[in-house]
Amino acid sequence: MNRVPVEKKVLSENDRIAAELRTKFREHGILCLNFISSPGAGKTSLLERTLEGLPREARVAVLTGDIQTDNDAQRVARFGFPVRQITTGGTCHLDARMIERALAEWRLEDLDLLLIENVGNLVCPASYDLGEAAKIVVLSVAEGEDKPLKYPAIFFKSELLVLNKLDLLPFVPFDIAAARENARRVHPGMEILEVSCTSREGLCAWQKWMEKRRAAFREEIAAPAG
Amino acid sequence: MHELSIANSILEAVQAEAARRGGVCVRSVGVRVGEWSGVVPEALEFGFEALVKDTAWKSLKLQIERCPRRQRCTACGHEFAVDGYEWNCPACNSSQTVPISGDELEIAYLEVEGP
Ligand SMILES: Nc1nc2c(ncn2[C@@H]2O[C@H](COP(=O)(O)OP(=O)(O)OP(=O)(O)O)[C@@H](O)[C@H]2O)c(=O)[nH]1
Ligand SMILES: [Mg+2]
Ligand SMILES: [Zn+2]
Repeated sequence: MNRVPVEKKVLSENDRIAAELRTKFREHGILCLNFISSPGAGKTSLLERTLEGLPREARVAVLTGDIQTDNDAQRVARFGFPVRQITTGGTCHLDARMIERALAEWRLEDLDLLLIENVGNLVCPASYDLGEAAKIVVLSVAEGEDKPLKYPAIFFKSELLVLNKLDLLPFVPFDIAAARENARRVHPGMEILEVSCTSREGLCAWQKWMEKRRAAFREEIAAPAG
Repeated sequence: MHELSIANSILEAVQAEAARRGGVCVRSVGVRVGEWSGVVPEALEFGFEALVKDTAWKSLKLQIERCPRRQRCTACGHEFAVDGYEWNCPACNSSQTVPISGDELEIAYLEVEGP
């Protein structure tokens, strides 16, 4: 028997496509954000609130991933920006090839913000790079403050934690300070916002975060590579 | 769970390597799975067995090496395992540490028949 070294990433094909997408996004000045949460935490709701706050001429597009149905795309389409549904037909995550295919018919020249809603799942999407500039994890207060410790990978890899459904705090036992602490144990220095997509509390801070992130991205791509 | 599609990617990589090496018989494939890779080793083993069962690759063994989260201190160079989410360097207590392992999902080696 002979042991031969291989040293190849299992998802090297996905990573290759993701790297190509990332380069394209930078060339076209498109900030791409990948929204991840368990089912029902409020990804689509946060996208709705986000699009609602943007001017009509904003150069934004949305991809929504689901195992079945195009309900989310329909909800998001009401705001008049280009939207495409990716139906994975059973797969529990989006991968880079799905993004590449979904973008084929759009002119990237016309965009500077791409919002991707991943399939509702806190585990699998963490493994698949989509070429995004940042992952954003959404956690609703109904899910329990221990989630960062149970699903560390996604909290570690996400730049921002959006704690959603603040309006439910009077009705569910959720220790928001413990949730914040757990997130920062897994990811020291993680940015955290608290919002309610229903009562709209905290959405101003979210809007500001987006503006700041878009400005940082513009600066980053303007700077010489290296 | 996505372990089945991960298992499939591993099998495809093994098939490609075997073909590239002139059709050698591959006995086992060694894979590194990081603690925070988002892949559960047991589920991967299960998915892999289900995948190769009743195929020409049924005798192919999957050997998983689990990789804990480890950091390197940028102040003193010490490398350490992150135990109980303790990120500070145990040698000099600096908080400036960078990840060196824990995210891997890599094919490390093949064991092939022959000299
Ligand atoms: N009370 C309350 N309900 C909310 C809030 N945000 C979203 N919801 C509700 O939670 C449910 C799920 O919200 P969605 O936005 O569809 O969640 P999602 O993460 O997109 O779900 P999937 O795409 O199925 O994974 C809906 O009934 C929303 O109306 C909130 O801030 N407060
Ligand atoms: Mg949704
Ligand atoms: Zn140190």
